[in-house]
Amino acid sequence: MIENTRVGVYICHCGSNIAGVVDVAEVAKWAAGLPHVATSQDYKFMCSSLGQELIEKDIKEHGVNRVVVASCSPHLHEPTFRNACARAGLNPYLFEMANIREQDSWVTADKAEATKKAKALVAAAVSRVAHQEALNSLFVPIDPNVLVVGGGVTGIQAALEVANSGHKVYLVEREPSLGGHMAQFDKTFPTLDCSACILTPKMFDAGNHKNIQLLTWSEVEKVDGYIGNFTVTIRKRARYVDESKCNGCGVCQEKCPKKVVDEVFEAGLGYRKAIYTPFPQAVPKFPVLDRENCNFFQKGICKVCQKVCPTGAIDYEQPDTLMTVKVGNIILATGYDLFDARRIPQYGFGRLPNVFTSLEFERMTNAAGPTGGKVVLRDGVTQPKSVAIIHCVGSRDRNYHNYCSAICCMQSLKFAHLVGEKTGADVYQCYIDIRTPAKAYDEFYQRIINEGVHFVRGKVAEVTDAARGPEEAGKTIVQVEDTLIGKQRRIPVDMVVLSAGLQARADAKEVGKKFGISCSADAWFIEKHPKLDPVATMTDGVFVAGACQGPKDIPASVAQGAAAAARVLSIIGQGQIEIEAATAIVDETSCVGCKECIASCPYTAIEFLEDLQKAHVIEALCKGCGTCVGTCLSKSIRLRHFTDEQLVAEMIGAMQTMKSFETVEVQ
Amino acid sequence: MKYGYFPGCSLERNAAAYHISSMAVAKPLGMDFVEVEDWNCCGATEYVSLNLIASYALIARNLAQAAKDSTIAQLVAPCSACYLNLRKCDSYMAKSPALAEKVNTALAAGGLAYKAGTLRVRHLLDVMVNDIGCEAIAAKVTKPLKGLRVVPYYGCMIVRPGYSGQASFDNVEQPDTLDKLLAALGAEVVPFSLKAACCGGHMTQISEATGFELIRRLVKSATDGRADLIATLCPMCQLNLDAFQGPMNRFCKTDYHMPVLYFTQLVGLALGIDAKSLGIGSELVDARPALAKIGVEAPPEPEGAPKKPKRDDKSLPMPRMSAV
Amino acid sequence: MSTTTTPGPGATLFDRVVAATPGDCRLGMCIQCGTCGGSCPSGPDMDHTPRALFALINAGMRDEVLRSNTPWYCVSCYYCTVRCPQEVHITDVMYTLKRIAVQENGFDDSKAPDFSKTFIYWVENHGRAFELGLMGVHMLRHNPFGAFKIAGMGTGMLSRHRMAFKPTRIKQLNGLKAILAKAKELEASA
Repeated sequence: MIENTRVGVYICHCGSNIAGVVDVAEVAKWAAGLPHVATSQDYKFMCSSLGQELIEKDIKEHGVNRVVVASCSPHLHEPTFRNACARAGLNPYLFEMANIREQDSWVTADKAEATKKAKALVAAAVSRVAHQEALNSLFVPIDPNVLVVGGGVTGIQAALEVANSGHKVYLVEREPSLGGHMAQFDKTFPTLDCSACILTPKMFDAGNHKNIQLLTWSEVEKVDGYIGNFTVTIRKRARYVDESKCNGCGVCQEKCPKKVVDEVFEAGLGYRKAIYTPFPQAVPKFPVLDRENCNFFQKGICKVCQKVCPTGAIDYEQPDTLMTVKVGNIILATGYDLFDARRIPQYGFGRLPNVFTSLEFERMTNAAGPTGGKVVLRDGVTQPKSVAIIHCVGSRDRNYHNYCSAICCMQSLKFAHLVGEKTGADVYQCYIDIRTPAKAYDEFYQRIINEGVHFVRGKVAEVTDAARGPEEAGKTIVQVEDTLIGKQRRIPVDMVVLSAGLQARADAKEVGKKFGISCSADAWFIEKHPKLDPVATMTDGVFVAGACQGPKDIPASVAQGAAAAARVLSIIGQGQIEIEAATAIVDETSCVGCKECIASCPYTAIEFLEDLQKAHVIEALCKGCGTCVGTCLSKSIRLRHFTDEQLVAEMIGAMQTMKSFETVEVQ
Repeated sequence: MKYGYFPGCSLERNAAAYHISSMAVAKPLGMDFVEVEDWNCCGATEYVSLNLIASYALIARNLAQAAKDSTIAQLVAPCSACYLNLRKCDSYMAKSPALAEKVNTALAAGGLAYKAGTLRVRHLLDVMVNDIGCEAIAAKVTKPLKGLRVVPYYGCMIVRPGYSGQASFDNVEQPDTLDKLLAALGAEVVPFSLKAACCGGHMTQISEATGFELIRRLVKSATDGRADLIATLCPMCQLNLDAFQGPMNRFCKTDYHMPVLYFTQLVGLALGIDAKSLGIGSELVDARPALAKIGVEAPPEPEGAPKKPKRDDKSLPMPRMSAV
Repeated sequence: MSTTTTPGPGATLFDRVVAATPGDCRLGMCIQCGTCGGSCPSGPDMDHTPRALFALINAGMRDEVLRSNTPWYCVSCYYCTVRCPQEVHITDVMYTLKRIAVQENGFDDSKAPDFSKTFIYWVENHGRAFELGLMGVHMLRHNPFGAFKIAGMGTGMLSRHRMAFKPTRIKQLNGLKAILAKAKELEASA
């Protein structure tokens, strides 16, 4: 506490958000009586420029040297008011905020109680601010390199945007090739563009860009550091193919004798070899040898690929390589998994042969797919004369996933179109709602209506082969209530396509942990703010884009990829970043060198100085969590801006105020 | 292992075969059943249609009676409706203290009380397969049911409860506990999509058209699958599919002859127990011609049955089912 | 929620149904998807599918709801309940609707309610169900010529000793009666 502490107190109305519940005028009047308060007033919107000017004026003209604003959450406006103080020449850390909105007016029904609580919160802040010290932020440089994790359309977009601006990008992709799910699709809605035709040019650009280092068949193992200064360890898995020698001729996979069901790219509908590129336009062109299914690795025989390779590029001894790179920002674009339709036994997927999932159907209609683009039954030969397409499989369903998967309505309409175009079959579309909100989407719906698809409004109850009569024999029967006529219908068809929902990747939680970000209950990565900041996360320097943040279509994914890139470029453009000054500091005179703090720090932000035998906090890594302060046995660590004196003062301010409201009954 | 045993009204008479076959196989398989003293009707689906608190009190009286024996921790019901009622009552009393209080106030008028969760309610099939185990049962089989094509028919109530956090012991849509048991007995298990579809309960008495149609579907599906007989685990299902098969045939103008036995009768046969001691012969659609097929060569596949795929066929791979 | 209070005089049919169903039945969460109507084995024979009935309840069309044969055609198979994407306890709601329909005399066809009432008569007076009594009374009242149709089945059952001629009585019938009387008293006063 300094001599002549003069606190300025400002109680914000926030329109009626606070003033509708808390008697702000009363609180301001009451606060004027608190120790060290030089001026106290209430105002409609403190965050407005006029509101901020009040603060600046009081600092410049009335000698206010401590500021308390009672308003909303510091998450929103702490920077605003700190900047106001700084502009007026007051150190921004001599400011404290009392949250009387999210923590008071928005959660308290009784107005009298809310006003009392507001007073206590203000008294706490006033008491605390008197003990606050001027602090200086740390500025750290930003490494201009960028890591993009995930090589689907979103990751490719983000990588290209950053690379085109002249900065280096490491693009890490888990599968052997770029492309992600979009590479599996046939046509894309609403334009019915061929998916590969629009994606592969971007894939080639990313693969050939001088600023993009492509690391496919690779995964990030470890991430250390903080915004501007991440150290990332990447495992490049062994392809068993020497990339410097391989020319992508494809003879190895042609001659390989081992056929395997391709569960990933072909969605289980087709085959690949043990040594393979997932599809002909793969980027990079180098194949990958699947150890688990290779005759040589499993049984010690074969080696045909090595024998036939014209350049001698097969290397069974090739090890995984670990590389460490330094980047300043990270963009996660890891995409989604398809909902496993086997979890809904009444839909028959996996039991009834002619029930297919959406991804299986995409591969089927794809001209480069296992049936050469022909729509056929599971026998691989027969063309269906009737097809049912079922919406909301695993979505909008509390038994599986509560949310809507955003793309299935459009995808189902697209399927209806493709079935009609390729087979002329009768199409029955079973839905709860038709969700076609984006540009040209509802027009696409109109187009499909025009093509004569039979729309049945009802969520399908079951898909069965148990025929009730001769007209159903040998068919796959869809049982559904046609809710618009209020009758149960049984529709015998040849083929059923399930529009399965999207779900987070199976390892999303582990991946989130690795990068220091959180996942929602449905395991999608959590954005900083769902409306105002959908690509940032609560961890500075780590961004999310595309389906990994929540189900979305290609236009939205591409937009988010570009948005994340723009955010990253703006940080790189600033050249340096301000680190919050609320960091821990070790008093080396009393530190006994026990290293307990080092073990307890969740951010590995404390190092041990061997020569001095003392602990030392690396400020740039420190997040100010306070764990070390509590752990330190000799009470040698202090957390700046959260010192014991400040916290105790805050508590006393609140408690004394609450106590003063208690009325004591005199018997 | 010792269990409380709740036979239910059906097992006294119309499903006596279920009762005596259950008793016949219990000892050889190591299950010790202690019948609940002076148990009353669980109310089936009738009592709860006209009463609320009283219907739960009616069921809870049985739970209270069973819980009197403190050496009993598990209550086994062979009848699916009794099983569902007992489980539901216990579960709802646990979830809703208000309901539990009212039920216990009512029980007190009869000098009884029941604390929700005291007993674990289980179906006989669950106990046999999950406690005794298919392996142990297979080891005791002396007369395997080889050559017998059996439809595993579960009916609706045994796997539902399976909602609102009440766990079902098997998959709610396509269970396979009975399939596994029948396979362990050496029978050929017929794939049956309608394995957990409803037999119609009492609908034959409310609307013949509805009731008989529900029975017809099941019998037709079993016949289409070339089954020799249907294995059931619920007296209502057995009554509907067996006793009402004749009236159903007359109403629907069909001519099905599909015998329906209790799974415990099949277990007994496989363990070498004689048919009479298992109540075989009490079914209205005679099962003996079907049972005569045991040990006999299976007939050749008929024309039009799905053929096994050739080596160079174009068929697309089916999804793997193991990983669910 | 639950069985604690009956809603006041201004309560809607919806409120009554929810209050009279044990636990949290989630009826208000119905999104009218039709899974229940699609799953119901006896759906095709109902006046209204379960879904349609819930729409009627929401619209407050009391008479039409109580007059509907829908709950009486429910076979209690629970397909609807386990499949409902909003986890509405549909079967429990059907039981509630039966109870309300009988209490308010809203359902015209007495066949199904009588069946339950006859079943209940034997249970309340003996402690056990009595099939011959149930079938006998029911057929006489509602389907006198039907007895001839199932004569073959009847004799088959009797000759195989699958039907008793006399009801079985539990020992502590008085205890049971006291329990049920108390329970009904509690329900009426709620």
